[in-house]
Amino acid sequence: MNAINKRVAADVLVWILLLTMPYWLNGLGGYTSLGSRVLVLALAAMSLNFLLGFTGVLSFGHAAYFGLGAYGAGMTIKYLVPSTLTGIAVGVIVGTTAAAIIGTLIVRLRGIYFAMVTIAFGQVFYYIAFRWNSVTGGDDGLSGWQRLPIDLGFTRIDILGNDKAFYYLVLVCFAIAVAIMAALLRSPFGRTLLAIRENERRARFLGIPVDRHIWFSWLISCVFVSLAGALYALLNNFADPHNLRWDQSGDFVIMAVLGGMRSFWGPLIGAAIFVVLQDYVSSQTDNWMSFIGLFFVLVVLFFPRGVLGLVRRSAPS
Amino acid sequence: MTQLILFNVFNGLIIGAFYALMALGLSLILNLSGVINFAHGGFLAIGGYLAFTLIPYVGFWGALALAPVLTAIIGILVERVLIRRLYGRDPLYSLLLTFGLAFIFEDGTRYIWGPQTLPFSVPDYLASPLSSDYFFLTGYRLFMVVLVAVAVTALFLLLTYTRLGARIRAGTLDLETVSVLGVNVRILRNLNFGLGIYLAGLAGVLAAGMLGLQPTIGSDLIMPSFVAIIIGGLGSLPGTLLGGLLIGVASGVVTVFYPSASEAVIYIMMGLVLLVRPRGLLGEEGRF
Repeated sequence: MNAINKRVAADVLVWILLLTMPYWLNGLGGYTSLGSRVLVLALAAMSLNFLLGFTGVLSFGHAAYFGLGAYGAGMTIKYLVPSTLTGIAVGVIVGTTAAAIIGTLIVRLRGIYFAMVTIAFGQVFYYIAFRWNSVTGGDDGLSGWQRLPIDLGFTRIDILGNDKAFYYLVLVCFAIAVAIMAALLRSPFGRTLLAIRENERRARFLGIPVDRHIWFSWLISCVFVSLAGALYALLNNFADPHNLRWDQSGDFVIMAVLGGMRSFWGPLIGAAIFVVLQDYVSSQTDNWMSFIGLFFVLVVLFFPRGVLGLVRRSAPS
Repeated sequence: MTQLILFNVFNGLIIGAFYALMALGLSLILNLSGVINFAHGGFLAIGGYLAFTLIPYVGFWGALALAPVLTAIIGILVERVLIRRLYGRDPLYSLLLTFGLAFIFEDGTRYIWGPQTLPFSVPDYLASPLSSDYFFLTGYRLFMVVLVAVAVTALFLLLTYTRLGARIRAGTLDLETVSVLGVNVRILRNLNFGLGIYLAGLAGVLAAGMLGLQPTIGSDLIMPSFVAIIIGGLGSLPGTLLGGLLIGVASGVVTVFYPSASEAVIYIMMGLVLLVRPRGLLGEEGRF
């Protein structure tokens, strides 16, 4: 089998697994909303990886835009319009706008400097959500709202009462986002991003406007991360200030690394492993933070190339 | 009103001195090893808790002397066993590793010493106010400012006049050349890491005396230290010091007028600095 056939086969396999997930997950001891959680966080991790793995820019503050998406969606539904789709749209717009402004400030920075600044900027939104009690609910999070059935005119989809229906809504959003990202990566724009990742100086000398490309890559990544955030809030019927904090950003990065940063589907695998592990460990012990921390350390020391990186290296190609 | 502003400016100065102490340690490690030490806050907490445990045996002064040294030893071991393996790799990995360590430290302190806030007693003669008009001017606060000033002066003297300091400064500029000149870079980085962690431990003991001890004390203090480094300019220790004091005073002043923005203001300052001067106030052009 040649490489292209293999990739198509992998894509088909992934989509079949995702499409049928609600039907086999329960048999394995999971539950449908766990599947939705995996999918949402995988979307966030894959969006981050667009920047991290395919542009080579280290952002450690993506939780900010994830959280803005969540609060945007939640606050829209709670205060403005009782409509799920409007909530998602507003969440994405809010997250993207913030990302566009901050991206402009930081696009000239590189490497660890970029990472530090993204971390620090992420905290602004955390403090806003944390302190602005009357609107955001402060430390308790934004509750007292819920996702609402979607009215398509000819039919109503009950995403609130029916977990499976919500799963498929998430899957549709996921599919659209992933398809766009895959298409972008195959386009000349995506190839240019890879060139910047491999050798920024050379790319610059070839006349590529590097800063502008990085800014767009950052923005695209943040668009989909805020989409993931909006979906996450809908999943929980709740927006949590801790979604905005730096520990959440770290979770996204570890998902991408764990699955394999260099591969397109890597973060999906990383997210699945991470979510299942977190779900299990936090039900078993109060000291789950130590286990997650230990997990970070072990992944860095022994799986720096991620699961897919490991598979790829051992398979003769 | 004047008194209130004065109080908050002074308070901000103290907090800023803290941030500076912590940020200087972070900065030392960042400059020489290229590692963003997320676990710095965890080391700070360890310093505070160790002091808490030591006080019944050796008293406040003994704990103040011993706890930071013990913390530094833990730091040196951590560098030796874990962080050293990641030098020369993508900074992403050391970031993730120290991130995991931060989790372990926070949870570990909670596990050992409990989640509740522990009272941390300082000697009575330090805790009493010095003047009835300026009630906020307790001896402890003044003592902290003096101690931080001494520590910072000692650090700069060390870096300027000792052989180790000269090597650290040289290594910051060009580690490869320093290595070629026959300096054992592994040991240099190891000691430098210990030095940074010593400052974190010291900040931990001082913080415990002012804020009380709780497991999240480290993660609450680390973000402002990042901001201090960025505002001051990466690669510049005087810049870090300046950045720490600036954000401390700024958040102190803002507390007077608009308390709920006291945290956000430092990030706004950071945004402004990045907009006008991306390398930071005292940062060198083109280093990062």
